[in-house]
Amino acid sequence: MSTPYRVKGNTGEWEVILGLEVHAQVSSKSKLFSGAPNDFGSEPNENVSLVDAAMPGMLPVINEYCVEQAVRTGLGLKAQINRRSVFDRKNYFYPDLPQGYQISQFLDPIVGKGILIIDMPDGTAREIGITRLHLEQDAGKSLHEQSPKYSFIDLNRAGIALMEIVSEPDMRSPEEAALYLKKLRSIVRYLGTCDGDMEKGSMRCDVNVSVRKPGAELGTRCEIKNMNSTRFMVKAIEFEAQRQVEILESGGKIDQETRLFDASTGETRTMRSKEDAHDYRYFPDPDLLPLEFSQEFIDKIKATLPELPDDKKQRYISDMGLSAYDASVLVADQATTQYFETVAAKHNPKLASNWITAELFGRLNKAGLEIEASPITTDKLSGLLTLIENNTVSGKIAKVVFDKMFETGKDAAVIVQEEGLTQVSDTGAIEKVIDEVMAANPDKVAEYRSGKDKLFAFFIGQVMKASGGKANPGMVNELLKKKLADECTK
Amino acid sequence: MSKLTDLTLSEARDALKAKKISSKELTQAYLGAIESLNPALNAYIKVTPERALAGADAADARIAKGQGGALEGIPFAIKDLFCTKDVQTTAGSHILEGFVPQYESSVTTRLWDAGAVMLGKTNLDEFAMGSSNTTSYFGNVISPWKAKGSDKDLVPGGSSGGSAAAVSARMCLAATGTDTGGSIRQPASFCGIVGIKPTYGRCSRYGIVAFASSLDQAGMFARNVRDAAIAQTVICGHDPKDSTSSPKAVPDFEKALTGNIKGMKIGIPREYRVEGIDPEIAALWDKGITWLKDAGAQIIDVSLPHTKYALPTYYIIAPAEASSNLARYDGVRYGLRVLPDGGGLTDMYRKTRAAGFGDEVKRRILIGTYVLSAGYYDAYYKKAQRVRYLLVQDFKKAFEQVDALLTPTAPSAAFAIGENSDDPVKMYLNDIFTIPTSMAGLPGLSLPAGLSSTGLPLGLQIIGKSFDEETVFRVAGVMEEAAQFKALPQKVAA
Repeated sequence: MSTPYRVKGNTGEWEVILGLEVHAQVSSKSKLFSGAPNDFGSEPNENVSLVDAAMPGMLPVINEYCVEQAVRTGLGLKAQINRRSVFDRKNYFYPDLPQGYQISQFLDPIVGKGILIIDMPDGTAREIGITRLHLEQDAGKSLHEQSPKYSFIDLNRAGIALMEIVSEPDMRSPEEAALYLKKLRSIVRYLGTCDGDMEKGSMRCDVNVSVRKPGAELGTRCEIKNMNSTRFMVKAIEFEAQRQVEILESGGKIDQETRLFDASTGETRTMRSKEDAHDYRYFPDPDLLPLEFSQEFIDKIKATLPELPDDKKQRYISDMGLSAYDASVLVADQATTQYFETVAAKHNPKLASNWITAELFGRLNKAGLEIEASPITTDKLSGLLTLIENNTVSGKIAKVVFDKMFETGKDAAVIVQEEGLTQVSDTGAIEKVIDEVMAANPDKVAEYRSGKDKLFAFFIGQVMKASGGKANPGMVNELLKKKLADECTK
Repeated sequence: MSKLTDLTLSEARDALKAKKISSKELTQAYLGAIESLNPALNAYIKVTPERALAGADAADARIAKGQGGALEGIPFAIKDLFCTKDVQTTAGSHILEGFVPQYESSVTTRLWDAGAVMLGKTNLDEFAMGSSNTTSYFGNVISPWKAKGSDKDLVPGGSSGGSAAAVSARMCLAATGTDTGGSIRQPASFCGIVGIKPTYGRCSRYGIVAFASSLDQAGMFARNVRDAAIAQTVICGHDPKDSTSSPKAVPDFEKALTGNIKGMKIGIPREYRVEGIDPEIAALWDKGITWLKDAGAQIIDVSLPHTKYALPTYYIIAPAEASSNLARYDGVRYGLRVLPDGGGLTDMYRKTRAAGFGDEVKRRILIGTYVLSAGYYDAYYKKAQRVRYLLVQDFKKAFEQVDALLTPTAPSAAFAIGENSDDPVKMYLNDIFTIPTSMAGLPGLSLPAGLSSTGLPLGLQIIGKSFDEETVFRVAGVMEEAAQFKALPQKVAA
């Protein structure tokens, strides 16, 4: 286990307690209670139905697909699925909230307790509790730049289905919070229930932060609202924890309040104090019947679940012999696993994993490419691994070939052919090189023979160098040993 | 030949079909009646003569071709709570003055699809909140009835007072209403006509300006039971746009009017014989019981023990839902906007809603907001929901023994305008006999059963099992036959 994250104060170390509320936009064609489309990037107020605009007499009708998506997500979080849940009205006035209330789920959410496992960089795993997942409507957007005097309202987002996924206060460091978010994103993307795109606002999160002396009672928390990037979230937590420690150490107390993170200053500031907190007057929405479905409905969805990251990771470790770390790196993204599994089907999985995690990722990162856009397709990587496995090229040469493949998109075999990089596995040829190296270094040969075994690596290096890296390292090893020993017995 | 406006809906339907009359002349007759009577009665907020005549022409053309729906060419009035495409819809409120919907309510869509002709939009208590039609921003509706020896203007009842007055004064053949706690049945009783509130879920609420969503239900006013049955059949039915509308098949209610209730069991809930009940009302109730006995029904004394809690419970649940339903009238998207110079968002909300809503609406928004507030929710709203469940159980138990219930519709005959207006609770008591039915979502019908000593109509209410409007209509038909109610209001189409 790595050392626990602590904030250092004047009176000692403080532990940080974190809980996340993630708003994940349901991937669906239309909104939660209306038939209006969900398209991102439309003209303002283009995707607004009479229901979304809360015209008099309009009524919400539940989008069954969104319900399926919520159940699917709940199953992905190994959570309790509630066969009966209730939609409530959360009442407050705001211009981008046309009904004057948000339809949400308060007391009876569609999904109850679940679990999310985060993979720590040291290969260990931590379980984070999921408190609940509920369905609710998104609000519209107020626009303030169009006029000096008036605000404008865009209702395109109004009524879009969101899943609010609430965690237990189980995280203890900004890193864990970041890993939680990353894992959650990975799961919903696997499930196809949310595209996880934080830039487009498809995933946003609120973080509850409190601090305490290790082992003490939980402290008062502050909620930092509406974070749309992991990087900002980490910064916000770091700042907020420090702020709370400073207040407590100077004898103050934390006010439970809602705060905003200002990315330009890196600070959080008060958005709403407890006194200004809304009384939302929740009550069951009389326009909607309680949401009820059968066990068969759940089972049908369950039958269509893909293999999820945790199961995949386990399989990669136990069936393919990958390290826990490599496995968790591979499974983070579904496209990567598809890539990996395609290659691993034809080759040693460990070899495939190494080439993907060590070589391909680095180059993709540098080029700013997603794996789907990799110039080295699975077929091409497979071609290279074949050359390695049948000893046509050495690992070292393979890296050269790999670079050329990435640049040119050519097949490995073509590059090897063109550049004459075929591995030399001819005993006579290798022996000839060894002889030359030994002849050029008689003093080293003598030292070796007098017992300085460590010089063996020197000879290997010299032979490989003299062969232009093309000599088969295994054979070099074997023949060199024999030759040095042969001379010895002479 | 008698006047065209004397024809009942079923007579007009048959005469139209037989081409003895045209929809155009029928419609013109009603437009004429509206023109002469509406200035005094204020039953309509908006009359739509051009649309009415165009609708009549279209109906006549379809009838000429041997086509046409169940209500082909019949002139209707529409409570101004139903959204009507391209026709102003106000809910009786200043906040929606000038609001012209770009959509049609499902109930009115069914009417137009059946060939009905729209004469206009009728007045109502603001957002359907009231029992006297004196809270409308567009002025009081005056009942076409007068008490003997008095020239005082009387209330038509509410909230659907405009529709009731219009049917009673023969300014239309039938009219839609909505009933949340008695808003169809009580005005029907006051105006001497038939009013039916079906089972909750029978009619779609889509396009009806919401007051209290778990109680609001559309229904019909007509001159007699048959007419009400014909019109009600048309507006019932499942609507995918309203999640609370029932998928149950809708029978032809007119066919339920067999005139035979022999052996039927009718319950008389003893808790409705409240202390201090108007002796005239009690006597009328007894008369009704006799009629049923004479028709061969069995009368059974039943108990609905939680009845006394219905009214207070209603005045928690209905305002709670209303406070939320009316939050959308904020001056942002449609309707009234009052934005003081240099004012911000909060000023706009405050001024718009202060100017847009009347006192009764504000009172109910305040009550509703209060009972939903943190710290009060459990004591009020949650408890009210529990009581509501008990009320439902009361009726369920009673209906294990009987097929229908007979009660008075209202505790009194129509009162004068201004009476009761100083005391909201006294006003709320008007709905004491109708509210329990609404809370339980059951069908209820009021029919005129007699006149008070002052010559004003009094109604009796028939309550049925859930989705058993047929029995309600059947019993009502038999009682109507026995009652022989022929009185006409003082103000009626000439």
